[in-house]
Amino acid sequence: MTANGIGAPVRRKEDFRFITGQGQYTDDVVRPGETRAVFVRSPHAHAKIKKIDVAAAKKMPGVVDVLTGAQLATDKVGNLICGWMIHSKDGSPMKMAPHPALAASTVNHVGDAVAVVIAETTAQGKDAAEKVVVDYEVLPAVVDPAKAQAKGAPQIHADVPNNTIYQWHLGDQKAVEAAFKAAKHVTKLDIVNNRLVPNAMEPRAALADYDAGNDSLTLWNTSQNPHVARLVISAFVGIAPEHKLRVIAPDVGGGFGSKIFIYPEEVVCLWAARKVKRPVKWTSERSEAFLTDAHGRDHITRAELALDSNGKILALRAKTIANLGAYMSTFSSSVPTYLYATLLSGQYDIPQIYCEVDAVYTNTVPVDAYRGAGRPEATFVVERLVEVAARQLGLDPTDLRKRNFIKNFPHQTPVIMAYDAGDYNASLKKAIELADVKNFGKRKRESARHGKLRGIGYSTYIEACGIAPSQAVGSLGAGVGLWESAEVRVNPTGSVEVLTGTHAHGQGHETTFAQLVSERLGIPFESVSIVHGDTDKVQFGMGTYGSRSGAVGMSAIVKALDKIEAKAKKVAGFMMEASENDIEFKDGKFTVKGTDKSVGFGDVALNAYIAHKFTGAELEPGLKETSFYDPTNFTFPAGCHICEVEIDQETGKTEIANWVAVDDFGTVINPMIVEGQVHGGIAQGVGQALLEGAVYDANGQLVTGSLMDYTMPRAHDLPSFHVGLTETKSPSNPLGIKGCGEAGAIAAPAAVINAITDALGTEDIAMPATANAVWQAMQKHPPKAA
Amino acid sequence: MAKVSMTVNGKAVTGDVEPRTLLVQFLRENLRLTGTHVGCDTSQCGACVVHIDGIAAKSCTTLAVQCEGQSITTIEGLASPDGKLHPMQEAFRENHGLQCGYCTPGMIMAALDIVRRNGNSLDEHTIREQLDGNICRCTGYHNIVKAIEAGARAMAK
Amino acid sequence: MYNFTFHRPTTVRQAAGLLARNPEGKLLAGGHSLLPVMKQRLAQPSALVDLSQVEGMTGVELKGRSVVIGAMTRHADVAKSDVLKEVLPGLASVPGSIGDPQVRNRGTIGGSIANNDPNADYPAACLGLGATIITNKRRIAADDFFTGMFSTALEDGEIIVKVSFPIAKKAAYEKFKHPASGFALVGVFVSKRGPDIRVAVTGAGSNGVFRVKSFEEALKKRFSPKSIEGMTIPASGMNSDIHATPEYRAHLVGVLAKRALAKATA
Repeated sequence: MTANGIGAPVRRKEDFRFITGQGQYTDDVVRPGETRAVFVRSPHAHAKIKKIDVAAAKKMPGVVDVLTGAQLATDKVGNLICGWMIHSKDGSPMKMAPHPALAASTVNHVGDAVAVVIAETTAQGKDAAEKVVVDYEVLPAVVDPAKAQAKGAPQIHADVPNNTIYQWHLGDQKAVEAAFKAAKHVTKLDIVNNRLVPNAMEPRAALADYDAGNDSLTLWNTSQNPHVARLVISAFVGIAPEHKLRVIAPDVGGGFGSKIFIYPEEVVCLWAARKVKRPVKWTSERSEAFLTDAHGRDHITRAELALDSNGKILALRAKTIANLGAYMSTFSSSVPTYLYATLLSGQYDIPQIYCEVDAVYTNTVPVDAYRGAGRPEATFVVERLVEVAARQLGLDPTDLRKRNFIKNFPHQTPVIMAYDAGDYNASLKKAIELADVKNFGKRKRESARHGKLRGIGYSTYIEACGIAPSQAVGSLGAGVGLWESAEVRVNPTGSVEVLTGTHAHGQGHETTFAQLVSERLGIPFESVSIVHGDTDKVQFGMGTYGSRSGAVGMSAIVKALDKIEAKAKKVAGFMMEASENDIEFKDGKFTVKGTDKSVGFGDVALNAYIAHKFTGAELEPGLKETSFYDPTNFTFPAGCHICEVEIDQETGKTEIANWVAVDDFGTVINPMIVEGQVHGGIAQGVGQALLEGAVYDANGQLVTGSLMDYTMPRAHDLPSFHVGLTETKSPSNPLGIKGCGEAGAIAAPAAVINAITDALGTEDIAMPATANAVWQAMQKHPPKAA
Repeated sequence: MAKVSMTVNGKAVTGDVEPRTLLVQFLRENLRLTGTHVGCDTSQCGACVVHIDGIAAKSCTTLAVQCEGQSITTIEGLASPDGKLHPMQEAFRENHGLQCGYCTPGMIMAALDIVRRNGNSLDEHTIREQLDGNICRCTGYHNIVKAIEAGARAMAK
Repeated sequence: MYNFTFHRPTTVRQAAGLLARNPEGKLLAGGHSLLPVMKQRLAQPSALVDLSQVEGMTGVELKGRSVVIGAMTRHADVAKSDVLKEVLPGLASVPGSIGDPQVRNRGTIGGSIANNDPNADYPAACLGLGATIITNKRRIAADDFFTGMFSTALEDGEIIVKVSFPIAKKAAYEKFKHPASGFALVGVFVSKRGPDIRVAVTGAGSNGVFRVKSFEEALKKRFSPKSIEGMTIPASGMNSDIHATPEYRAHLVGVLAKRALAKATA
């Protein structure tokens, strides 16, 4: 390991601009003559738009134009789409209802945009937006996914009976039924995976600039995947052809999934910029974000686990209703299906699994991927079932887990996934040591002396990352391939730019990717720049989500570096008058095998460009290579999180007393950054378990519509975390990376709830386990004196 | 419109603004100091924290006209003119106290106020309690707490 | 935010004059209640009269057997007042629990009391100590001042100048924070000054801050947590929202009262 190479805790390159206030986020970008967009949004969850009168608004000071959904339709701007086809069990395709960027006939959730004011300033835009008169005919709304399919429930979309988008299933239903019949013990749980608001700290923003001379558009956008945004906006929405649309995602302040999707606002800014022939900028406010950013989770599940008399799991069965909100967001269909049910085997050898998922429309904000996306929901089902089963059988929860861990790899689960490497016992064992489990009893008694209840909870989670082999996801309905691209440009002076199709919005790619390049080419870390987030620079890429940037994005860089090395060897061969086959490359030096003749990487780079040592017939000048890497399998990060809680019996308030995370992420490029990803993930998972929950009232008003009511984890809600690693390398990519971005958020909720239920002695508690909820649970089920 | 003049990062500035202009808008839009961010609209996230006469305040909940004659320091004004980072900035980098960077300027400005009020020797509990007005979605606060503890110590040197 | 005119008087008299000339105007103290509401366009004052330049409205002073706090004194300055910490530590702990450090650096006692947010902390301290609110026109006893949610006895053009707190021998505040907003989900202030025993509750009641007479009666025998052991208040009249049921709020009143009493008598 070199000082800045793979495995070193290198301090981040990107930090200087952020700690000095020089980051460039979308709202920081200013174009000459810029106008501001202010959206007029529905105050109703479900209503017919009878009439929109913009006359008074147009006369307000500073107003450039006021545009409506009717004009959008006249201009034939296409609908937003969901890019993953799911078929129901009867073979019928999912029912995707139209999603116009501005509603023209009906609004389907509070916050649905019906018009946009383009004004000189935001304040003027807001003044004018209040003058837009919309005549609504309010319709009954359905908010609760459990009621969406009921007879007589309000119909949200004309061609979607019972508000049911699809009724999907996976696994062998008959085999599972047989296994349950034969089982000695069945554990049943009703689980609500609470609805969350992603709340990346940078609100979404879009700035569209129209170049009339070239009839081209540029969009600065808070995006995790600018190329996908360009593709969808060109191919489906039809704003501009791909080669006439440039999308730039500059510094992006967190995403967690919510900035993957193509949203109405960016489409409207592009459309409006062309209409008013001036740049149009929209920056979301937080309360607007609550009403428009795709939410996460929102599952209702009945789950059952069948076991034999030895605590061996025989089968798992789950029936889930997934709320997808008022419209199908970009990847929403895949989250409760192929990102969920495929992980229901957990870390366990489960012979049979069957899962049914009904996806429903409701009059709520669209729901899509949020950190973990499907996998936290699956982990919560599996890890709650296993923990409860152990309690019911009188087994130690770690013992039940160990009896069922998968020990031989590769392992084919009954739900598509083929796990390729792992050592689940190793991470459990290390976590038990770090958490000092053997003295838990002592700590519990100590807590009891202070009138507090103490509990311990485990979560041995698994996830599928490295998303994803294109052919595999294509066969499951994905509308795109999920490879990644890289271009390595060696400059004549020997410095290197790497263009990647992934996008960093906190993950530190500028550092970790440079570590890889520095080590591989033997050049200083400082001589490497990572370029991302601009469709004019990077040829194509699929972006960053699903913990894919290391496993897939860096693998693409490795492939491009292989080509760079091969070409550089040719150049070095000409320089040293040796055959390229006799050139060895190590530590930045090209050496003729068995001699002391060598040239440095910088010299080779220069010679590649001056091209004095070879003719054009012998070799093309230049040193720049591109690779498109398509993974051969998913990767399977896994590990064990142990949470210890202490509950104040008088108030019901839960404190996280200790947290241990031991994760197997395969090869770790930068442990400092990996630990940071784990910390952040845990915080979001703890947030889901203890604090966060998006709540709608029966009329579809979002009760938790601001940070005054939606509880974000703060520093005093969390402890410092104890983080450890184990390592089995992924055999499915050249670096052995598995991915680390989502693990914490996937593992944490089950660990917290397992700890709380351990402390309380009842399983009857839903997320978020607020002080109020815990107190109510204690009233219903008084805890036994410890 | 109202005339407003103040000192920002040591420089005298004036502006013609609507009275409803927030300090954060004045900084970002009039002065193009975009290091100060807006992360919420309910005065809670702290991305907008600056110092007004040396005391941390939320610039999203302060009118520019309220700052007439006062001295404002933003994240852009922390490093020395020769570019040397403030010890608290350095501590955030050294301890990986940031990921996406959006909450970072407010975090650093709030951290300095914690030191002002509580001194250079800070324990974890104090830091966590005193970070009540700043929300980070990326780091889980673990490394922010470490950074502030280290930065506070470094400032004493 | 809607537009408004902005005024910076230097005397209370000027401020009152400006209010009289701008009947739709509002006083601006620390701004940490008013500006957020204006940002949401839920308030539309035609004018803001900024009190920050008015002389003589800040500071914490010992006056006889009372502590007098200027209306424009920021929460942070009240919290760190040595005088207050010495003579009335129970009150000194209140501003330290308001909002967050940045809010405390700007928000003022006068602003908080005039706004009378049903979840604010200072109203509990005022009522729990039997404070006197001193305006440019008169002196108002806390018992008469807080008249309901966001409503006070203040008349048009009336400006809080200072607040006088009698020094109680025993006093303490306990607060259970609203998890998201940091306001009091429930806050209980208890005090004993001679025969005057007070238990004031904020956050819980649907009509704002109130006194718990049953607890006060019970505490007359002995000012101790034991005296109210097992006592509860009825859940009717308690606030109900997603963060706490009325029963839970009523329960917390008892828990926090006992904790405050333990602190006050420690």
